[in-house]
Amino acid sequence: MSITATQKRGFSAVLWDYLTTVDHKKVGILYLIGGGFFFLLGGLEALIIRIQLIKPENDFISAGLYNEMITMHGTTMIFLAATPLLFGLMNYIMPLQIGARDVAFPFLNALGFWLFFSGGVLLNLSWFTGAPDAGWTNYAPLSVQSPGHGVDFYVMGLQLAGAGTLMSGINFIVTIVTMRAPGMTYMRMPLFSWTTLVTSILVLFAFPALTVGLFLMMFDRMFDTAFFDVALGGNTVIWQHLFWIFGHPEVYILILPAFGIFSEIIPTFSRKRLFGYTAMVFATFLIAFLGFMVWAHHMFTVGLGPVANSIFAVATMAIAVPTGIKIFNWLFTMWGGSIVINSAMLWTLAFVPSFTIGGMTGVMLGASVADYQYHDTYFVVAHFHYVIVGGVVFALLAAMHYWWPKMFGRILHEGLGKLAFWTFFIGFHLTFFIQHFLGLMGMPRRYWVFLENQGLDTGNLISTIGAFFMTFGTIVFVINIVYTAMKGEKAPADPWDGRTLEWTLSSPPAHYNFKQLPLVRGLDPLWIEKTEGNGKMTPAEPLDEIHMPNSSIVPLIMTIGFFIASYGFIYQVDHKAWLIAVYVGMAIALGSMLYRSLKDDHGHHITKDELEREAD
Amino acid sequence: MKGWMGKSKALFLFTMLALFLAGCGKENLTALEPKGYGAERSMDLIILTTLIMIGVFLVVMVIYVIALIKFRRKKGQEDYIPKQIEGNHKLETIWTVIPIILVLIIAVPTVIATFDLADESQASTSLNVEVTGNQYWWHFNYEDEEIVTSQDLYIPAGERVYLNMQSSDVIHSFWVPSISGKMDVNPENVNTMFLEAYEEGVYWGKCAELCGPSHSLMDFKVIVVSPEEFDQWVSDMQNVDPEQVPEGAVAQQGQALFEANNCMACHAIGSSPVATGPNLTNFGDRSTVAGILEPTKENLVEWIVDPESIKPGNKMTGAYPSISEEEANSIAEYLMQLKPSEITPESAGN
Repeated sequence: MSITATQKRGFSAVLWDYLTTVDHKKVGILYLIGGGFFFLLGGLEALIIRIQLIKPENDFISAGLYNEMITMHGTTMIFLAATPLLFGLMNYIMPLQIGARDVAFPFLNALGFWLFFSGGVLLNLSWFTGAPDAGWTNYAPLSVQSPGHGVDFYVMGLQLAGAGTLMSGINFIVTIVTMRAPGMTYMRMPLFSWTTLVTSILVLFAFPALTVGLFLMMFDRMFDTAFFDVALGGNTVIWQHLFWIFGHPEVYILILPAFGIFSEIIPTFSRKRLFGYTAMVFATFLIAFLGFMVWAHHMFTVGLGPVANSIFAVATMAIAVPTGIKIFNWLFTMWGGSIVINSAMLWTLAFVPSFTIGGMTGVMLGASVADYQYHDTYFVVAHFHYVIVGGVVFALLAAMHYWWPKMFGRILHEGLGKLAFWTFFIGFHLTFFIQHFLGLMGMPRRYWVFLENQGLDTGNLISTIGAFFMTFGTIVFVINIVYTAMKGEKAPADPWDGRTLEWTLSSPPAHYNFKQLPLVRGLDPLWIEKTEGNGKMTPAEPLDEIHMPNSSIVPLIMTIGFFIASYGFIYQVDHKAWLIAVYVGMAIALGSMLYRSLKDDHGHHITKDELEREAD
Repeated sequence: MKGWMGKSKALFLFTMLALFLAGCGKENLTALEPKGYGAERSMDLIILTTLIMIGVFLVVMVIYVIALIKFRRKKGQEDYIPKQIEGNHKLETIWTVIPIILVLIIAVPTVIATFDLADESQASTSLNVEVTGNQYWWHFNYEDEEIVTSQDLYIPAGERVYLNMQSSDVIHSFWVPSISGKMDVNPENVNTMFLEAYEEGVYWGKCAELCGPSHSLMDFKVIVVSPEEFDQWVSDMQNVDPEQVPEGAVAQQGQALFEANNCMACHAIGSSPVATGPNLTNFGDRSTVAGILEPTKENLVEWIVDPESIKPGNKMTGAYPSISEEEANSIAEYLMQLKPSEITPESAGN
């Protein structure tokens, strides 16, 4: 395998390359493509929801389709868009930031991506026969009783995607623990890598709860068990507990990497080191820890009693403290700095007030008795969109502008970037700010129609107008990507006067990342070399052969096996002949595992000659 | 900088204008004008937390705006390297301790209110109503009074009424925003909450937990009347004669059709325990047809002929052979005459 693929390759060669890749950068790009696709799909669903609610008693879509739409919008955005987009960035950037040549388990990394992607495809194939319609939270017994196969697709799709996410989480933990470059101690790690580590720990502990819940749901729906069947002694509240023991940490799985992204961008564009680095690291851990202690605040109205409600209320409010620490540390990073405002920084600056509002309404929701009014209304819808759009989506868009040059070698167009920003930002606040009031004015969430003459018309109309602004902004961003791919300005290695290791590499980096592993002398290693050295990293090792993993098609084949088996599980309820699909699919998957276990794959070496031949 | 400020200002003004136009929402529906004990306790906390949060937000924004104006890179500063500051113990302590104090200020009244609203000590001496949530209607059983009704819940003003709630199918959530916050209605256990309405009136109630296609159409009303009127209503309802022959040939034909089509299999008239469908004892006094439509005969005819077009996924669709418009008209004529009490939603004052 040659290092420099300068010659033009055919489409099929590129396709084969990506289907078989185990390179963390290409897997990262695959995650971005997959997540980006599902993000657009979820956005389309959101727009349809808002069009339905543009006026009272609208009949743009039917009640059943509306419930499918809200279910798929939520499920898609959380599991198939936000999580994978963040995982794509972690995959691409984290190894570069800690000075590694790949992740610890490259094969597993590819498998994780394909499982996520096949889960997403499986879930969305349900559109052809009837999508799940019990909400993204899929509460029993509504979900168990839901007719058709929609909820079965939800269960199997999320099981596949969840397995992929869990694998990636383990992979990131091992990578960060074992593969940091010489001198890269934990307390010298960039915040994005720190949050990747903490997020991965959250994934490790949170996803198993979802896995268990999904298995119980699968057995209830497909094999006639009665975990959630009250008539036979089951209990429906168990599902809510399992779902939120996963679901609340999932919020932090999304927001912590977002915090990490802002903690990279603000110092870079303020030309100043992160204020209170140690406090930031500890705040991250504290948020993660408390994130596991608060799940029942989603269940204040379930009737758990005043003792449980009080404990979970106070624990919830406590999260405001470490989050506040973070906000103030960002502000004081900018304070006294030399601030440049470009597209990446605009998204970051927009995040601060937007997320502060989302965090504050979070504290308000934590006050359990106040939550008796907010719960399951548009107030909650407003709150979590302020957190997830104002926090996570803004972070993703900021990160795209910030790391695009590193990943694709070209700089996103500034003018288009600003246009996308302003329209999306204004649209976002138009859409969601008013929803706080809609909720308190008596509009529950997941309402297919709202009735005339209830004082809800104006608010809903404004909200829908905002959604169109957001749509416009998103389209401009997509145009920006296409434009940049064709005519974008070529990026140097370090376009932003960066501080961390990824900016020492060419844009995009060679497939082995570091020709020689760098010696890290402190936090912001590149900045240290710029101000105290010659601006280049000192190698920590002599130039020598590099050992890299081989590409493999096995992860994809294994995934196809699981995909076929999932289809079999869903349809064997109708006809036992479908069990053949289960057996065939499992045979493919297990056969692939056997092949992987028995066949030695020692990877390949890039020789010293090849490395020397390559120009810097 | 100017563009940023200008745009946020325009956004702010637009939002304020929108709020002004929308007001605080519809009276007797909005949680922002509490007219009951629970809603008031919630509102107290909503106001307290909102004020504290606005304070925090202003502090954040002041620092943010000053930092942006003062420290934005200006022409000629391209090579300026700011001092690299690791942190500041005093500042970091301040923004750790102050939020802890603010959280405590919110936490104490929250815990007190949580226990206050869960207080069931007066349940045994108060009016108790067994509430059953069904796809997509509400069943109200005044067990001690031996009264059964549905959709319109009559309660006396100024008294605590305990609701013991359970679902017959999926999870629902009982919410009357103006009077009290919500409580889930689960299939596996009885949840108890109380309503204490201050003023007479007809209050909107809504289901707040996704329960199927017609979740958004599962409205109900709470009719708050004076204690005297409530006693009157109770005695009227207790003395209903379910067999009473209605006035007029059309209505009498309707009564016969009601029996011939076996409507009683699901719908009781009188205090029968049948609860497959809504109890119709005081149907003529109901504030709505099917929970959402104006209480007119035309709407009732439409509902009987094709309920699916009004509430998708309801359990009445297909439960009886098709009924012609004329037959439906007779049945409607009969049902609209079921007015056992002088006490109606109009008695509640609006």
